Amino acid sequence: MSQIFHHSTNTLSRFSIFGGAFLAAGGLWLMLEITRSPYVTNAGVAKEQPVPFSHAHHVADVGIDCRYCHTSVEKSATAGIPPTRTCMNCHTQIWAQSPMLEPVRESLRTDKSIEWVKVNDLPDFVYFNHSAHVNKGVGCTTCHGRVDKMPLMWQEKSLQMEWCLDCHRAPEKYVRPKGEVFNVAWEAPKNQLEEGRKLVKEYKIRTRTSCSTCHR
Amino acid sequence: MRRLGLLCVLVVLGAACRQDMHDQPRYKALAKSDFYPDDRSARPLVAGTVARGWLRDDDALYKGRNGQELVTTFPFPITSEVMARGQQRFQIYCTPCHGRLGNGEGMVVQRGFKKPTSFHIDRLRDAPPGYFFDVMTNGFGAMSDYASQVPVEDRWAIVAYVKALQLSQHASVDDVPETKRASLDAHESPSEQDHE
Repeated sequence: MSQIFHHSTNTLSRFSIFGGAFLAAGGLWLMLEITRSPYVTNAGVAKEQPVPFSHAHHVADVGIDCRYCHTSVEKSATAGIPPTRTCMNCHTQIWAQSPMLEPVRESLRTDKSIEWVKVNDLPDFVYFNHSAHVNKGVGCTTCHGRVDKMPLMWQEKSLQMEWCLDCHRAPEKYVRPKGEVFNVAWEAPKNQLEEGRKLVKEYKIRTRTSCSTCHR
Repeated sequence: MRRLGLLCVLVVLGAACRQDMHDQPRYKALAKSDFYPDDRSARPLVAGTVARGWLRDDDALYKGRNGQELVTTFPFPITSEVMARGQQRFQIYCTPCHGRLGNGEGMVVQRGFKKPTSFHIDRLRDAPPGYFFDVMTNGFGAMSDYASQVPVEDRWAIVAYVKALQLSQHASVDDVPETKRASLDAHESPSEQDHE
């Protein structure tokens, strides 16, 4: 009986088994990449807003501190979205006739809130507290990115659990001096780990990785 | 192999199918409500009501007044911590218009807002602390009030800092204690120090 397959197909079959393993691993890798990609997380996708509010302009050009508008960030779980009145502190006189700002004036006239689109939307099963972070040396830009360079706001980080844990496991990688928390231009020093360890000790920061820290 | 590919696609698509746990039927802060006619889940206080413990009957503290008269003293002692807090809060809420020196040349003014009066004119240097507190609390001219943005204690801390700022712009070398005069030559600017 003659052989159906030529002897050389042995090599081919060996290769295809080997290749199959690679293909399976590749598929798995692709899956993990997709779940971490902006397609799923929305990171880096600028959101349309009822008024094209520019953090780049207000923070970088005018130099307004984060807390001027986000007044509750140091003492509350939420940073707070400013009421229309805060916009009107300046815009009664500046750009007071601009059609772009008509929704703001309308909001003030009619006492209806502007419906800003939430950009950093954590899942509802996660508890997050802004004050706990900014009062322990976690800077705004560590999570929100360089908002002073964002014309329209986007979510900078994935907001996935592995991202939270990265810092919760090793806060020394990100913590900064308390005086620099609201400084959007702050950059980590070359010896961040060393400085970070000092700050972790000084601020009594604990690595908090128990489930109920965030899922409560 | 086709089955594995299909599985990948299903897993990826399936990940976005149910978001019940992500979006639970409860309100997050300032979220929209379909229940109330004004669409707000954050409910404004009913007019005329006072929350327990929030009765503001101390006029000197909450209005900067004794009867009709503006107070000439602070309602609590001004320590260096209060002063540092005042400087920090001043630089957040006041400098956009008043500038870091309080001369009324902040960035928002440079962009076209009406220039506020400099803190360093005689009328304002003679004004009592209660005056500044009153302006922050009720607004003045083109300036809207900051009662909702700056809590009462912080407003007083800012008043203390404004008073210090006024002193600083009218100070001479004689006002500096002799032991500290040497540091003047070192070009140290106290306003650049961070007090946090």
